[in-house]
Amino acid sequence: MSEVLMDIQNLSKHFIIDTNFFGKPLSTLKAVDGVSFVINQREAFGLVGESGCGKTTLGKILVNLYRPTIGKILFEGKDLTVLDEERRRSYCKDIQMIFQDPYASLNPRMTIGDIIAEPIIINNLLPKNQVEERVIYLLNCVGLARHQRNRYPHEFSGGQRQRVGIARALAVEPKLIVCDEPVSALDVSIQAQVLNLLSDLKEEFGLTYLFIAHGLNVVKHISDRVGVMYLGKLVEIAPKKELYANPLHPYTQALLSAIPVINPENKKERIILQGDVPSPINPPAGCRFCSRCFKELDDCKFNEPVFKEVSPGHFVSCHLFE
Amino acid sequence: MLLEVKNLCTEFKLKRGIVKAVDDISFTIDKGEILAIVGESGSGKSVTSLSIMGLLQKPGRVAGGEILFKSQDLNKLSQKELKKIRGNHISMIFQEPMTSLNPVWRIKDQIMESIMTHMQISKKEALARTIEMIDTVGIPSAAQRANDFPHQMSGGMRQRVMTAMALACEPELLIADEPTTALDVTIQAQILELLYRMREKFNMAVLLITHDLGVVSEAADRVIVMYCGKIVEEADVRSLFSHPLHPYTVGLLQSIPQIDDDCDKRLYMIKGMVPNPLNMPPGCPFSDRCDHSMERCTKEMPELKEMSGRKVRCFLYKEAVEGGLAEK
Repeated sequence: MSEVLMDIQNLSKHFIIDTNFFGKPLSTLKAVDGVSFVINQREAFGLVGESGCGKTTLGKILVNLYRPTIGKILFEGKDLTVLDEERRRSYCKDIQMIFQDPYASLNPRMTIGDIIAEPIIINNLLPKNQVEERVIYLLNCVGLARHQRNRYPHEFSGGQRQRVGIARALAVEPKLIVCDEPVSALDVSIQAQVLNLLSDLKEEFGLTYLFIAHGLNVVKHISDRVGVMYLGKLVEIAPKKELYANPLHPYTQALLSAIPVINPENKKERIILQGDVPSPINPPAGCRFCSRCFKELDDCKFNEPVFKEVSPGHFVSCHLFE
Repeated sequence: MLLEVKNLCTEFKLKRGIVKAVDDISFTIDKGEILAIVGESGSGKSVTSLSIMGLLQKPGRVAGGEILFKSQDLNKLSQKELKKIRGNHISMIFQEPMTSLNPVWRIKDQIMESIMTHMQISKKEALARTIEMIDTVGIPSAAQRANDFPHQMSGGMRQRVMTAMALACEPELLIADEPTTALDVTIQAQILELLYRMREKFNMAVLLITHDLGVVSEAADRVIVMYCGKIVEEADVRSLFSHPLHPYTVGLLQSIPQIDDDCDKRLYMIKGMVPNPLNMPPGCPFSDRCDHSMERCTKEMPELKEMSGRKVRCFLYKEAVEGGLAEK
């Protein structure tokens, strides 16, 4: 068993939508609601779910862009949520993020070289005269040429910008990189290039990834273990092979069957879920999936299922397995 | 034959030169057929659909070719005559259900608008038809939801409203421009199923424009692959996926991570990126990214050759030789 890098315990993030005259919350949006899981050293943990399920919020909490409402984040045994701002910063260097939209996540007024150098300078990692050398090294790592460091983001294509985003994340030698939908804004032929680059870098630098995506096929390609989220809660976690071969939660089954297969000869039996994801402001009581579930039991509407281990490493929260 | 596009060219005149977004493409759609056009961003697939609808914005213009809808050239019609066809015989679903509905109109009024424009019926009948359409596309409690504003609905619901609007006048041709790209997979499955059902019900033809090969393989009958404004391959869906010919199609199919293949292998990559449309290579536009590139490829443009029911634009293939394909 490999060592645990990050242990997330009962993490929640609630946004207050509306308050009354005295500032007392009237309605809250539970974007992430009591999520617990561990990320092991040097693994890629995939997190899937539809829009609005809280996967990006969770990623942002981990890189300290949001403060959690409750819960603990143990990073190498230290709880990040109780540290003061200054001490947190030094830990945040170890946790970096790659953003979804390469068009919006780079400052259009800075050159590529300056964008990559900025985190090195802020964190005082190298003396000034060595920064440029390091930038060139990083550019080479992600497959860009050294002369491109003096160019501006608008001169690059989407795939190249995403490479710059990756180089910026690598600049401070992080241990964990949160990849928030790094390829969903890219064309198919470019997606493959970036996915291969990410897996090469993982080997080369011994990185750990939290890989957030809505496409189950992309997650399958890169991850070792996969967690499925629905409306702010984790509904299933399993090692990759186990999850795809033997999905237990009805939502995971539906999600897997909804992926179009690239083979017109082999049209599979499809589970088409009825309706939409309910609003996270007012989620259904009991199991949150019960309004769309096709295997609903009487119990589901009233009691929330417990998240528990049904076989080694395979966790699921569903009344069918209690 | 419902729609025949012959040698269509669409250009955008920019300060730095002319971009040929669509360069001499021809295809046909039969009644009740689903034809898919696939390609990456910038391949000209959306411009093709806008050209057919006569919705091109300046500086774009149709520079040549014919768009024959039931033997009538749409390109020669005035805007007034086009209005009679648009929304009535040909209608369109757009990519972004969030931005293509009017936010200050109730959805029933938006759907009724197209019915009232094209059909000679009373307001009361139009409303009844609107509610029937909303019900047909699978929105529960239709009469009630008809009074909603777009912001009260989710993305999937809005795409259903768009579909209801497009289908309200029972068009013969529906152009669906990336109808599921902005949606989640579970909702995507719902919308594709809806399109399929609607085709059966109204026997309409669908021109499906998408970049997602998965969607194509699920929904289409015939496929056109576009690259840099040109058709590089055309085939029926089974032969395209079982036996792709053009190196670009082969590369695209291999570079998608598949759900049921062995995931530890490396993904195939198409090297490089799409050339700048203002600065196209002289020969085959794919020549600098192709694994099979020959000297000839960088100099001349290959023809779109027809062979045993399919077409491909590549020097690797000669004309059809008795029953089979001759590979060079």
